[in-house]
Parts: sequence; C-alpha cells; structure tokens
Amino acid sequence: MTDQVLHGVVAEFTTPDGLVIACKKARAAGYSRMDAYTPYPLEEAAEAIGFTKTQVPLLTLIGGILGGLSGYLLQYWVHVLAYPMNVGGRPLHSWPSFIIITFEMTILFAGITAVVGMLTLNGLPQPYHPIFNHPRFTAASRDRFFLCIEAADPRFELEKTTRFLQATDAIDVAEVAD
Amino acid sequence: MDQVPETNASTTLERLLPGQAPVLTPGHTLETITDKIVSIVLRRPVTLGWVGGFALFFGLMNVLLFAMAYLFFRGVGIWGINIPVGWGFAIVNFVWWVGIGHAGTLISAILLLLKQGWRNSINRFAEAMTLFAVACAGIFPLIHTGRPWLAYWLFPYPNTMGVWPQFRSPLLWDVFAVSTYATISALFWFVGLIPDLATFRDTATNPVAKTVYGLLAMGWRGSARHWKRYESAYLLLAGLATPLVLSVHTVVSFDFAVSILPGWHTTVFPPYFVAGAIYSGFAMVLVLAIPIRRFYGVQDMMTLRHLDNAAKVMLGTGLIVAYGYSMEAFYAYYSGNAYELFVLKNRMLGPLAWSYWCLIIFNVLIPQVLWIRKVRLNPGMLFGTSLVILFGMWLERFVIVVTSLHRDFLPSSWGMYVATRWDYAVFAGTLGLFFSAMFLFVRLMPMITIFEMRMLLPQAKLSEEVAAHD
Repeated sequence: MTDQVLHGVVAEFTTPDGLVIACKKARAAGYSRMDAYTPYPLEEAAEAIGFTKTQVPLLTLIGGILGGLSGYLLQYWVHVLAYPMNVGGRPLHSWPSFIIITFEMTILFAGITAVVGMLTLNGLPQPYHPIFNHPRFTAASRDRFFLCIEAADPRFELEKTTRFLQATDAIDVAEVAD
Repeated sequence: MDQVPETNASTTLERLLPGQAPVLTPGHTLETITDKIVSIVLRRPVTLGWVGGFALFFGLMNVLLFAMAYLFFRGVGIWGINIPVGWGFAIVNFVWWVGIGHAGTLISAILLLLKQGWRNSINRFAEAMTLFAVACAGIFPLIHTGRPWLAYWLFPYPNTMGVWPQFRSPLLWDVFAVSTYATISALFWFVGLIPDLATFRDTATNPVAKTVYGLLAMGWRGSARHWKRYESAYLLLAGLATPLVLSVHTVVSFDFAVSILPGWHTTVFPPYFVAGAIYSGFAMVLVLAIPIRRFYGVQDMMTLRHLDNAAKVMLGTGLIVAYGYSMEAFYAYYSGNAYELFVLKNRMLGPLAWSYWCLIIFNVLIPQVLWIRKVRLNPGMLFGTSLVILFGMWLERFVIVVTSLHRDFLPSSWGMYVATRWDYAVFAGTLGLFFSAMFLFVRLMPMITIFEMRMLLPQAKLSEEVAAHD
C-alpha cells in the first residue's frame, strides 16, 4: 500500500449510532474532507459531517417557474400571435383555458429538474469511485455503515487518522487506494 | 383464489388487533430484509407457475398486437363505433386504465407525505402498476385517432403545414396531463429504484446481472451527501406528484364535463372521477398484492394490516363514488332540463339499463361487505370483492360514454352501440400487456423497496442520546 496513492482511511460500523458518533468526533477533530456511507437515508449522518443544505429545492423551484412560463407563453404565442383563431367568439387570450397546460408543464419541468439536478449534484452516473476498492464495501448497500476520512483532507496523517478511527466504535479500519 | 392459510404466529395477533399490528413482522434485521427481497429475484429459480402465467398473458399481449395490426390495416370501422356513438370501448378502456394507475401514485406520493409507514412495502409494485397501466391507457386514444401514424400532430411543434394544436380543447389538455403523468411516474419509480439497484449490483453473482444492475444503479454508493439530496428530490417529486395525480383524472373528466352533452355536463365529474380512479386502483393493487404475497411468501412484509388499510380506502372512495351517482341523478331531476331528465330515465330504463343496474350492484351494493372486518382480513374474499369493483368501474365508464351518446337530441339521430370482437380483442390484449409486464417486473426488479423497509426497523433509528446531541 506504500507506493499507491491513497484515497483515505475507512472505518466500518455495525450500528447507525457508532457511525454518527464517529462522524461528530471527526468533525470536532477538525476533519472536513470525509464522507459517510449508509444502507438507508440517515439524515443525522449528513448533518454530522457538516452537510446541511442542498440546492435541489431551489433548482426545482426554478425549473417549475420556467416550466409554467414556457407553458403559458407557448399557448399565448400560438393563440394570440402565431395562429389566431376565433372559437365560439371567445377572446384570443382566453386565459382560463390555458391554466391546465400551464400547470402540467410546471409539474413536468419541476419534476425533471429535481431528478436531473439531484443526479448532477451527486455526480451520478459515476463509473468509478475509489471507495469501491474497500474489500467489504458491498455491505454498505446491505447492513453496514462506513466513514471515510479522505487523504485530501488538510489534517490527514495516515497513522494519526488511523489511530483516531480505531478509537471509535469501528469494527474495522482499512486504507483504501485511490 | 382460495383462502390463504396464515400459519405465522404473529398473524393471529393481527387478526385480533389489525389496527395496532406492526407493518413489518418483528424479528427482521437489516440483513434479513435485504436477503429476503433480493433472493426473490436473484436466488429463486424460475417456477413452472411463473412460466405458465407469463405465457398466458404474453399470448394475450400478442392478441393486442394482432388486433392493432388489423386495425391499422382496415381502420376503426372494425370496431362497433359509429355516429352517434363515436367513443366506444377505446375511451372506456382509456379512462379505466388511467384510473387504475392513480392508486400507485396515491400510495407512493400522498401516503409518503402523510407519513404512512405502512406504504413502504407496497409502494414499489404499486408504482410499477401505475407505469404499466398508463402505458395501456396511452394506447387507446392513439389507436382511436384513426390515423395513429399522425398522432404526433397532437404535440405543438413548428411544422410545414403552418398550423398549431387547439390549446382550448380538453382533448389537448389530456395529451399534456397524461404524458406528464407518465413521465413523472417513470421518474419517481426509477429514482426510488436506484439504491435498491445498487444493492442488487453488490449482491448479484451472475456477471451479466451484476453489469446490468450496475449500469442502472449509475454508481450509487450510499454517500450521506447523496442520500440528503436524494431524500430532498424524492420528497419534492412526491409533492409534485400529489397535485398532478388529482389533476390527471380531473382533466380526463373534463373530456366529458366541458362538453354540453346531457349526462356529461356536470360539475360533480372531476371529484367523482378522481375518487373512482383511486377506488379501482386500490382494487387492482389488491388483485396484484394478494397473489404476490402468497406465492412469494412475503406475508411478513405485506401484512393483513396492509390489506385491511387498502380495503378501508376502497370503502371510503366507494362511498364517494356512490354519492356521485346519486348526485348525478339528483342534478338531472333538479335541473328541470328535459334532456337531462331523459338521459337519466334512459340510463335506468332504456336499452342499456342492464349496464346501469349491474354498475350499481357491482360498485355500490357488493362493496358494502367491506364494512365487515372479517371480510377485510380475509384475502380470498378481498380478492373477489376487488375483481367485482374493477368490473364495476369499467361498467361505470361504459355507462357514462355509451348511454349519453346513443340517444342524441333528435330521435332521428338515435343509434345503438354493440362492441365487436375486435373491441374485446384490444381490451383483452391490454390486460395481457399489463399482466405480462407485471410478471417480468416481479422477477427482474425489487418489488418491495428495500431501503425503505430498512427504515421501518427499530434498530435503524438512532438511539435517543445520540440523536439528542445535536
């Protein structure tokens, strides 16, 4: 492992408690480049590593507004400007009948933005990630919890960080190549 | 379906206290939940029963392909439609299938927002049901256009003909509502699948399965940052899908209510269409869930409490539908409008009166057995009641479409509607498409959401002292 580039040191936990306590300790010790891996959403773990805000709701709002505007303006442009047609003497700008498509387009754009935005911010699809070099990482999608302190962290020192993680509830601490 | 033998000791508890019974039988751990759901797809051998069932419905699906090929060759004249009844089975089936889809979205989105933990084991296959039902529904308006190869004219795009679609028409609202619904349902379903596909990728031993699930999982690794954004996006999608699902059947009802035809032109249509959609959708959920939980042995995850809750939703929405029928009759009477009164009388006593009274029996009278708790806790009887409701809801759309159309304002334009064998063939064919897709789904995808089931475990939650440190 000495001549390989290191991604980080990974500790493995069997309980969500062990993971969250270790995350909080690591943050208190000044580590910032780290990530927790859990088999189900555990909001406390994200908070414990200092990740509290996501941009997904803002993106979704923008997507929804753009969708609604494009839906309404499309109908306005078609029925008032591009292709005016008198139907039953109604005004060309008969806005009540434009509401439904405006609504549907709002939902459509907001939904697509939420999903695409979430995937993009998460950097997915991602064909390769060094964390998968950990021999037992497949358990992260089953029943185990992992905390990785990355080598890129300014406070990272291999021996010190390893000893730090060994002092937590971890059942195993391993180095993972990049 | 015979009565399902319930041997599990905990089910006795459920029989006594269905309301308080846990939604997940105690004794499970993170590991056993994962193993149980994964093994249905990755370890369980393909059984003769599955092959037989799939072959049957796949055969029916080929009837659909054949009937559609002949339809494209000869035109819609092979169906029973003619003036004055221009909307026959095609529209009846369309409304029926879209309605069935609604329960899936209700379970996955609305019950998520209402924090109903019991939804976690049935939402995945209910969402799949939505997707396949909307696919079946989408076929009908397209093949009903007569020249389906020009169906893209429905979408607004700059074209050399220099024309644009009529956005004031409810039929175009339908195009937007149903295509948005299909897109959002597919997104919701796929986003929910990503973490479970990662579990499949990590568990599969077959290299082909590993590669395919790995590609679909897109490199999901369960990072806390990813989960946070994921949960945010998932909740937002649920929040968007909730008004959407209510709007879709409202828009479908506008196809009728915005017209000025007697029997269609009523304000009660949108709410009672939405209630009817959820009514038939939950019936389909039970028709699928009861055999699935039996054949795949997941009674500990889809418990009697789930069946009980679904039955209560059916009872509630069924009563709204019954209220809709009585209000329809009252409006006709109270309006004093001769044509409305005639439609009412014609429905109850005219040549198609059998369909109206069958509808009342199947949709209003028989489902009242759901008041009895014994029936709600008996999978066999629930299965039967659900089939009756599905048939009743199909008849409802038949009554609405056909009886309003076949008697025009002038007796000289009266007509009669008789469905041909091609009408039946297309309908049976979509049943084949729907069920063969469900058969494939239970063998290829996790039919129960693994990561959400993990969240139901007591050991998945943080202990109070750790959580309190914040």
